[in-house]
Amino acid sequence: MKSAPISMNYRRRKAVDRTMRLICLLMALCIMIPLFSLMIYVTVRGLKRFDLDFFIHLPAPVGEPGGGMANAIVGTITMILIASCFSLPISILGGVYLAEAGKTRFASLVRFTADVLSGVPSIVVGIFVYQVLVKPMHQFSALAGGLALAILMIPLVTRTTEELIKLVPRNMMEGSLALGAPRWKTTLFVVLQAARAGIATGVLLAVARVAGETAPLLFTSLNNQFWPSQISEPTASLTVQVFTFAISPFQDWQDQAWTGALVLLILVVGVSLLSRLTLKGGRGLAN
Amino acid sequence: MPLSTDPRRTPPAIPGGSRGQGDLKPRQSGDPLQNTMPESRPPKAKKSWGDPVFKSITLIFAAAILVLALAIAVELLASALPAIKGMGWHFFLTQKWDPVMEQFGGLAFIYGTIVSSLIAFLIATPFGIGISIFLTELAPRWLREPVSFLIEILAAIPSVVYGLWGIFVLAPLLSVHFDPYLIRWIGRPFFARPSNGLSLFSAGIILAIMILPTIMAISREVFLAIPRSAREGALALGATRWETIVVAVVSPSKPGLMGAVMLGLGRALGETMAVTMIIGNRPLISLNLLAPSHSIASVIANEFAEATSDMHLSALAELGLVLMGITILINIAARVMVWSTSSKLRALEKA
Amino acid sequence: MLRLKPLFLSLSLLALPAASFALSMNGAGSTFIYPLASKWFSEYNKSTGVEINYQSIGSGAGIRQLLAGTIDFGASDAPMADSVMAKSPIPILHLPATIGAVAVVYNLPGVPTGMKLTPDVLAGIFLGTITKWNDPAIVALNPSMSLPATDISVAHRSDGSGTTNIFTDYLTKVSPDWASKVGKGSAVNWPVGLGGKGNEAVAGLVKQVEGAIGYVELAYAIKNNLTYVLIRNQAGNYPTPSLESTSAAAAGSLKTMPADFRTSITNMPGKDAYPICGFTWFLVFQKYTDAAKGKALVDFLNWAMDKGQAMGPDLYYPQLPASLVKKVKASIATIQVGQ
Repeated sequence: MKSAPISMNYRRRKAVDRTMRLICLLMALCIMIPLFSLMIYVTVRGLKRFDLDFFIHLPAPVGEPGGGMANAIVGTITMILIASCFSLPISILGGVYLAEAGKTRFASLVRFTADVLSGVPSIVVGIFVYQVLVKPMHQFSALAGGLALAILMIPLVTRTTEELIKLVPRNMMEGSLALGAPRWKTTLFVVLQAARAGIATGVLLAVARVAGETAPLLFTSLNNQFWPSQISEPTASLTVQVFTFAISPFQDWQDQAWTGALVLLILVVGVSLLSRLTLKGGRGLAN
Repeated sequence: MPLSTDPRRTPPAIPGGSRGQGDLKPRQSGDPLQNTMPESRPPKAKKSWGDPVFKSITLIFAAAILVLALAIAVELLASALPAIKGMGWHFFLTQKWDPVMEQFGGLAFIYGTIVSSLIAFLIATPFGIGISIFLTELAPRWLREPVSFLIEILAAIPSVVYGLWGIFVLAPLLSVHFDPYLIRWIGRPFFARPSNGLSLFSAGIILAIMILPTIMAISREVFLAIPRSAREGALALGATRWETIVVAVVSPSKPGLMGAVMLGLGRALGETMAVTMIIGNRPLISLNLLAPSHSIASVIANEFAEATSDMHLSALAELGLVLMGITILINIAARVMVWSTSSKLRALEKA
Repeated sequence: MLRLKPLFLSLSLLALPAASFALSMNGAGSTFIYPLASKWFSEYNKSTGVEINYQSIGSGAGIRQLLAGTIDFGASDAPMADSVMAKSPIPILHLPATIGAVAVVYNLPGVPTGMKLTPDVLAGIFLGTITKWNDPAIVALNPSMSLPATDISVAHRSDGSGTTNIFTDYLTKVSPDWASKVGKGSAVNWPVGLGGKGNEAVAGLVKQVEGAIGYVELAYAIKNNLTYVLIRNQAGNYPTPSLESTSAAAAGSLKTMPADFRTSITNMPGKDAYPICGFTWFLVFQKYTDAAKGKALVDFLNWAMDKGQAMGPDLYYPQLPASLVKKVKASIATIQVGQ
């Protein structure tokens, strides 16, 4: 095995191997730069008004100290919960259907549609919900806001669920069926459980995305300076409040806007961390 | 009940599996009871009413997605009708966007949307896949979770914040430290003066950063689900680490990767706030990537609130419809590509 | 994640105070008036407990929401056109709430504030016909300033805005060239320049780019310490953009003020009148069937005219002239409530 062509080829292959692996490492290092830049920037600008007032008080007009975004924090959480209630059943069960149905025409159409839906600008989704819900109700509401966010979440969670269910090894499913479990129980309790960590990742990506959306909320939940008393009323949200304050000419409001952005970041990161800790396992047999 | 569906009780692995291929390939979606030899088909499960009910429930929810997308398209079409009738094909051929004179041409926004998303795609796809390869194959195990987590933080940052960071940090950085080199080394027609950081190129970069976590996270999940035996098999046959990755991990994952990239691309096409703050907002078509430009999502976000004339609103709705059309075209193109490469593979296997 | 849902649900329910049986109303519109409006509604809430929620979604959007019936009142920097008002079955009243000034700001290191420009030179800059800072036309007006040969970079609004409306309204009045080539509106086809979303973005653009010129609301010019232009008014003077010169413009408009207050106040007569100003109006219905809401709104409007005006100057909003306030209150008195 010492003839020149083979060892030359082997050396070339080894060189390619080392280079490509190095490139992957460099890419990972590269992405750390904007990541840390963003995190540091948001933290530094957001810490200024990171005080108790921010978390327990309602927004105050300019020049009055001690204003906060307490209602906006609650509003964002409320609307994410409403969005999850709408979107998770549709997307997870829809994803299950797509995984089981395979390449039928209908399933391909639904899959294709989910991808197209992910390309609709968030503001267009907001305008759609406005036409369909807000206008007839003559009312801006948290419900409408949650619905707009749900529409944004659906494509992400559906596709992730489908991909991950397909990746659960067959012998798991076959084993369950062999033990006599009905098909639907197999799907719900074996396959979904096996894929649950991956699906959770998809759900969290979706939640992270919609938590930071402003445009779809502008014409659905509007915003509110006071505590809402029901979900069919205009509701405050962190993103809209941050946006409104960020484009104002007043320093205190701008500082609060950055704090709002920081709180949003901490919120989503916190939920992500929590879910990673509680949803260990269920990631196929690769490990 | 003796029936246990406890997933922790994994049944003993059948060597070779029921199709003689073991678990080397991620299973094709579809009913595993098809295409099995009669002798090795497991006993049919008890006929339970649960199955058809469950199947119909999932069908209804899947159909809901279809209905939703159709509703949005119909709504957009209804709003866009006056503009479509009023301007016809002219809309796609003119660059001029004049709300006062009520002349609307959408070409500049279409150009900006496509080019900025293209730049984002060209940067984020290799990076996203490369980083997930690094995390799943090359990095030590203990590094995987923390680094993935850090990158997913990028997905958690609100668009508005990206926009603000773009204006205050990225744009000045690019215009002072990056653009001059691009102008000098690559030059015309793609990189030329003037450049002050608010440009198509900057928008493409910020979009790339925004969509990278999506591509990376989904690719990572897809790669992790490939069983170890696949990699071991390739290594045993003498492949280098990199060759193993390409053949045993990335190749079989192509459909999943395509899904990841499509989702990322979808976000890039529709991203509003971050783009509008860094793209310069000038409806202008120019090969110079460092010149300001505009995009469909950002013009809708900018002008929708104040558009008082019905034709203006209608023109914006038509742009929204065009964006949906672009997304559909890109999705079709991607599927055709994957189908043709996988059919080539199938042809090779047969030979 | 599933386990956390009930936790969050109960948390959010806990946060809803039981005392939200207070009367509440919704209004939306102009971003310009937002800082003042938020002060007014907060003070009003402290003294009466009525919750009036105002959101700045833009004048045009405010008008549309008013017509759609999703809000109780609106606020706009541009008056509604007759054709738009005709869409509403109930007549809509325009009530001047405050006045705004648009400052033209620039970035030329070494050049102090107070560059003098005439209307046609200003129009030429924004039309793109005057491209360098040391253009003879500009130099002639400012003999004491040493102007560099830098290119002029125009910054304008990319989003529809009342500020743009006022600015282009002024340019249309003073420059036939501008009127024929561009016209006025809350979004126009700018011949040259970079677009920024919002006043903040335009201020940022001007601050960042050397040789830039743009237009912003007065508060942003002051807050960002931007150097501003002095524009020649109808009387031939160059008033500083300020609260006083803005009030003077409103006073100058009183003689020609129509009964429904829908008028532009750019380029007004008066020796101290700043030429680029505009009203912000509250848009209310002539009739409110909900008696409680209608009464609360009428009470608020009167309060805004009596006590609210005095809160303006601290936030860079000039007060309405007293004679105008009288007329506005007479108009408020015509609102019918509860029929």
